[in-house]
Amino acid sequence: MAPDQGIGPRTSGDGWIEPEQDGEALRIVCGGRWTLPGAAPLDARLRELVTDSAVRRATLDLGRIETMDTVGAWLIERTARDLEQRGLEVSLANARDRHKPLLDEVDRVQLDMPVEEPQPNKLVEIANHAGKATFEFFNEARALLAFFGMLVIKSGRVIVQPRRMRLTPLAFHIEQTGLNAMPIVGLLSFLIGVVLAYQGATQLQQFGAEIFTVNLLGIAVLRELGILITAIIIAGRSGSAFTAQIGTMKVSQEIDAMETLGLDPIDVLVLPRILALAITLPLLGFFANMVALLGGALMAYVALDITFSQFLNQLESAIDLNALLVGMVKAPVFAFVIAMVGCYEGLKVSGSAESVGRQTTQSVVQSIFLVIVIDALFSVAFSVVGL
Amino acid sequence: MTAARGQDGDEVVIRVRGLRTQFGKQVVHDRLDLDVRRGEVLGVVGGSGSGKSVLLREIIGLLTPTAGSIAVFGQETNALDDREWRALTARWGVLFQDGALFSSLTVAENVQVPLKELTRLPEDLTKDITRIKVSMTGLPDYACTRYPSELSGGMRKRAGLARALALDPEILFLDEPTAGLDPIGAAAFDDLIRGLSASLGLTVFMVTHDLDSLHAICDRVAVLVDKRVIVDTIENLMKLDHPWIRDYFHGPRGRAVEAGNTAAAAAG
Repeated sequence: MAPDQGIGPRTSGDGWIEPEQDGEALRIVCGGRWTLPGAAPLDARLRELVTDSAVRRATLDLGRIETMDTVGAWLIERTARDLEQRGLEVSLANARDRHKPLLDEVDRVQLDMPVEEPQPNKLVEIANHAGKATFEFFNEARALLAFFGMLVIKSGRVIVQPRRMRLTPLAFHIEQTGLNAMPIVGLLSFLIGVVLAYQGATQLQQFGAEIFTVNLLGIAVLRELGILITAIIIAGRSGSAFTAQIGTMKVSQEIDAMETLGLDPIDVLVLPRILALAITLPLLGFFANMVALLGGALMAYVALDITFSQFLNQLESAIDLNALLVGMVKAPVFAFVIAMVGCYEGLKVSGSAESVGRQTTQSVVQSIFLVIVIDALFSVAFSVVGL
Repeated sequence: MTAARGQDGDEVVIRVRGLRTQFGKQVVHDRLDLDVRRGEVLGVVGGSGSGKSVLLREIIGLLTPTAGSIAVFGQETNALDDREWRALTARWGVLFQDGALFSSLTVAENVQVPLKELTRLPEDLTKDITRIKVSMTGLPDYACTRYPSELSGGMRKRAGLARALALDPEILFLDEPTAGLDPIGAAAFDDLIRGLSASLGLTVFMVTHDLDSLHAICDRVAVLVDKRVIVDTIENLMKLDHPWIRDYFHGPRGRAVEAGNTAAAAAG
């Protein structure tokens, strides 16, 4: 048994060859099992076969082969072709009847069939890839902008005829994206508050300015972090869900069925999702703000002995209503972007289940990217107007 | 390995005894016995939900039966350890309904998966074998470097067949090989299976709904009715007086195929 073969029971009695030279004629007697498990040593042995220049004719005697499979038959065929290349006259002798169909089968094989694509130059490949990715990026941006335009027009129609808005899916999505997201949003915001207060406290303690931890916490959470964290969680949670839901419907041709029934998928699927998220994300953001402050207050009490009333007093002097509004005004914009990207990627799914996975990844990456870019733009805008 | 013998001396490669399959309260198979002989093409038919595909999945080990024994090449499948089981699975090939090709690999790479995983052959011999299998299944040259998503349904099935044949299996399991093919493609696929089973000496276990395939290539037909199987040649089955079998072979579609066959026989 050949130990280096993965396949067990068929490995007994390997194949063998015995070349006999008689003047101009070479007779190669083949015997044993010419099957896949013993093919590697046979292959090596056949490649080493040397013919001296006196030889004119070669005969492959197959009479003693016990079993043969396609690999064995191919080894014989390949050897025959090889010998012919060296200018010999080759014949097969004593092939058993049950092996003949296989030998005929491999006789037809053409070796010029390409098994793998030729590898292009690495540098060209990189340039190619970069070029494609750039085009892809701008195409995607343009398509998303077009989708945005279409949404604006369709929303306009819904505002003119409010009865086009579907209330049942709207309520369903509010529950899915809002109510059901509260535990995870709450927990993560609470922890962010705790971490922020603790990090701030250890730094500010060095200057004896512990109380300013509250200022740090209040401004960071209300202006930036509360909404941003919520938006990122919702992009990962609901944006991806939108893509997967719509994408799956696309794969099972439900979207096509909808269109033939005269239903507009944008009205039925996209607008309720966008509106639902535009309602829930600001609420969730506010909730996240409060929970993060609570976490911070708790940490301030534990680490710095700042009582709740002290905390509230300090908070009142540190922030004003503007801080809260500056944060909250971003929420509907983020909601719109996340829902739009989620639905757009879902509608872009084509055919296969694999594409659902790909678009879902795309959707999360794109919406988080856009959320952060827009957040940066908001910061610049607010600093220009002096808020 | 003890070679089991059937009543008339043919070697039995798959022996199923007292098979029971139950999902919750629903009994799919009950005391089912089945022998598959070496070298035959066995068609397995039955109504929807009669457990044809379940039977196939139990034989190839993707499902565990509730009770009963399945022996392939005389080896009880549930008594094998991991190594023995892998050695056994290398002796059969399976073609799933839509080919079940790995979508991230090209056709050639798909065919090479079993070769690279289970054997240690030199690189160029592996490539030669890939070419042989691909051309055996009647795929055009350019198919090798294509991805499954770039091929038609019929070509995907052929590529799936090439992968199933990669290790020169002794048994080929086919799950509805002609489903979803146009009649011409289906007939060509039937021819392909018949030709390969003859030249490679394959035993074929084929789950099908296709009456044409049954008539064209099956030596015997196993009908799943009343949680058991009835196995016989198609001529003998057609004489049976079981309501489902009668409806199946003598229903409007069955009659059409029969009429076609008689006409062909008369003309030929």
